[in-house]
Amino acid sequence: MTDAPTPSLAAAKQEPGGVLGFYGVWLLAAIALVVLPLIFSSGGSLTSFCLIGIAIIFALSYNILLGQTGLLSFGHAVQYGLGGFLAVHVMNAGANHNWPIPLPVIPLVGGIGGMAFALLVGWVMTKRAGTVFAMISLGIGELVASSSLILRSVFGGESGITTDRTSLMPMFGWTFGPQIQVYYLIAFWVLVSAIAMYALTRTPLGRICNAVRDNPERVEFIGYDPHVVRYLAYMFAGFFAGIAGGLTAINFEIANSAYLGATQSGLVLFSAFIGGTAYFFGPILGAILVTYLQLGLTSVTSVWQLYFGVIFIGIVMFAPGGIAGILMKHRPLIRAGTLGTVIPSYLVAVIPTLAFALGIILTIETVARFSGGDVINLLGIPFVATAPTTWAAAAVLVVGGFLVARITWRRVAEAWDRAATVARDRGYLA
Amino acid sequence: MTAAIQVNAVEKSFGNVQIIRDLNLSVAKGERHAIIGPNGAGKSTTFNLISGHIKPTSGEIRLNGEVTSGLRPFEINRRGLSRSFQVTNVFARMTVWENVRCAVLWATGHRYAFWKNVDSLPEVKQRTAQILDDIHLSHRRDVPAGLLTYAEQRELEIGITIAGGASVIMLDEPTAGMSHAETERAVALIRRLTEGRTLVIVEHDMSVVFGLADRISVLVYGHIIASGTPEEIRGNPKVKEAYLGEEVD
Ligand SMILES: Nc1ncnc2c1ncn2[C@@H]1O[C@H](COP(=O)(O)OP(=O)(O)O)[C@@H](O)[C@H]1O
Ligand SMILES: [Mg+2]
Repeated sequence: MTDAPTPSLAAAKQEPGGVLGFYGVWLLAAIALVVLPLIFSSGGSLTSFCLIGIAIIFALSYNILLGQTGLLSFGHAVQYGLGGFLAVHVMNAGANHNWPIPLPVIPLVGGIGGMAFALLVGWVMTKRAGTVFAMISLGIGELVASSSLILRSVFGGESGITTDRTSLMPMFGWTFGPQIQVYYLIAFWVLVSAIAMYALTRTPLGRICNAVRDNPERVEFIGYDPHVVRYLAYMFAGFFAGIAGGLTAINFEIANSAYLGATQSGLVLFSAFIGGTAYFFGPILGAILVTYLQLGLTSVTSVWQLYFGVIFIGIVMFAPGGIAGILMKHRPLIRAGTLGTVIPSYLVAVIPTLAFALGIILTIETVARFSGGDVINLLGIPFVATAPTTWAAAAVLVVGGFLVARITWRRVAEAWDRAATVARDRGYLA
Repeated sequence: MTAAIQVNAVEKSFGNVQIIRDLNLSVAKGERHAIIGPNGAGKSTTFNLISGHIKPTSGEIRLNGEVTSGLRPFEINRRGLSRSFQVTNVFARMTVWENVRCAVLWATGHRYAFWKNVDSLPEVKQRTAQILDDIHLSHRRDVPAGLLTYAEQRELEIGITIAGGASVIMLDEPTAGMSHAETERAVALIRRLTEGRTLVIVEHDMSVVFGLADRISVLVYGHIIASGTPEEIRGNPKVKEAYLGEEVD
């Protein structure tokens, strides 16, 4: 303890290598984006990467509202979808009239679409934050989604509007027919958008957004109109959501009313929240996880939304800071060198927790497949949904898993408290 | 010379309860003006009226000669008036540094800028550091405001209020809940930081009031019953009867 720095000094210390670290992170991200498809080159993973990239932009744009400005939107897919539709219309018009627009700038068109809509409706929407904003966003979402089925000439009704991404002017000899070229187009926009959105948090407006999130009343007494701040944040969020929508239109060569709907709005809220809204990188983690879950779960179970619900409730109840929150909680422990004292308790907790989770999965699947009398394949073991042995196994796993797991969770909490106290004593704020 | 603050015949009712009755107040430029009065007299309500937090039912308020009653708080703030709150009102999740810096941004002309890096604005950085130094919180700069001690939060509250460089500063019970030593420190701080500015302060500690104020107004039941120099207030029989009682002598 004698060589430990004084608490105030350690707490006030700057991050090591600030500028270098800052550019280093983006450089690493760029390299990762370039080499990813070279390492995982199957068609399936390429498709996944494209979806994840788009989901990252979309979730980050959502966090401009939720995490940065404290605005809970239930209709963020409106800007995303409208961006997608505008992109499709401009692509089709460009192809018909031979406009000299290359495909890589089309996401910008989507962004302008998303922003234009935000410009139009945002002033009224952002007059109030809180429940009022949440309700209006829900209403606008429903309004636009239902209009999209009625206004057939613009939205193409149920089937949507198709386009051909190869019909635009080629650029550098790229036609963007092959998925790998689309991947690099998406990767480029992911990097540019992420850097731009991060930079936005480091501007005067970005800081005041945080102030509005924390205390809109006080903001009025330091010269700012919180309404204007929310409006600007809403437009930026709309812009980047529109970019994501434009990329989706390019990726699937179609825009349809599902892009605008409540499911899509819910999914982005879900991604940002699971990832953690308090940190810039949180929604990135959330977007990756949720996209993978969506792709993975839909192929193995018919009730994948149910799992999303369970995960969401679990995060809200036990880790309201999301994945990023959990990770960042460990930072002071790593710095203080006390992380090692909690790891064993984690390892002990893993087995009963997994048993508990398996029990829940078995229960859900048993209920879902009961009437069909299907066989559930869990970890290679076949369970018949109608067999009482299956029900018993599920009950034992859930109840037994929970009882044992609860003891180990308490151990984790105790080990955690000890480690955090030591870290605090050494001057690292939790 | 026009007064810094001029309140003319202001009335304020909440529902059918009249809280402020025929309020008249004049604060000269550069003056340190204390408002005293029993709890519930309407001192904070008066602050809310002058700073635009609530609108008067009738009457008129002027800041440096310009009518400000009816303007929004940020419009009044931009015209050079800044206030603190009786109940600490900071940006809890942001660090001490960020709290003060946010209060500096509008005044330094950066407004809603989204094309400038906030970390590379020299005058913002310098001013923020100066304020933190002034309120003795430099060593706590990276701590979220919500984790500060009570006395530290009160100091941050003052820091945020003065950071924008407003010419009229209004402090609502800045030393409430502080120990004797903390109060002394805070008063020295207020005295130094409001040098050359107009100060309106609500304060319960009479030794602080009589030591700091150039003029004092006594508010009782939403009406100013006396306004004058500390000597005049001490000798005023109406004040003695209504509020101060024996304690001043
Ligand atoms: N927004 C409000 N709505 C209703 N009554 C209020 C409101 N604000 C203040 N009051 C009432 O006005 C009176 C004066 O309050 P205040 O100005 O806070 O007194 P103080 O002189 O102690 O600062 C109190 O009786 C209080 O209950
Ligand atoms: Mg009060």
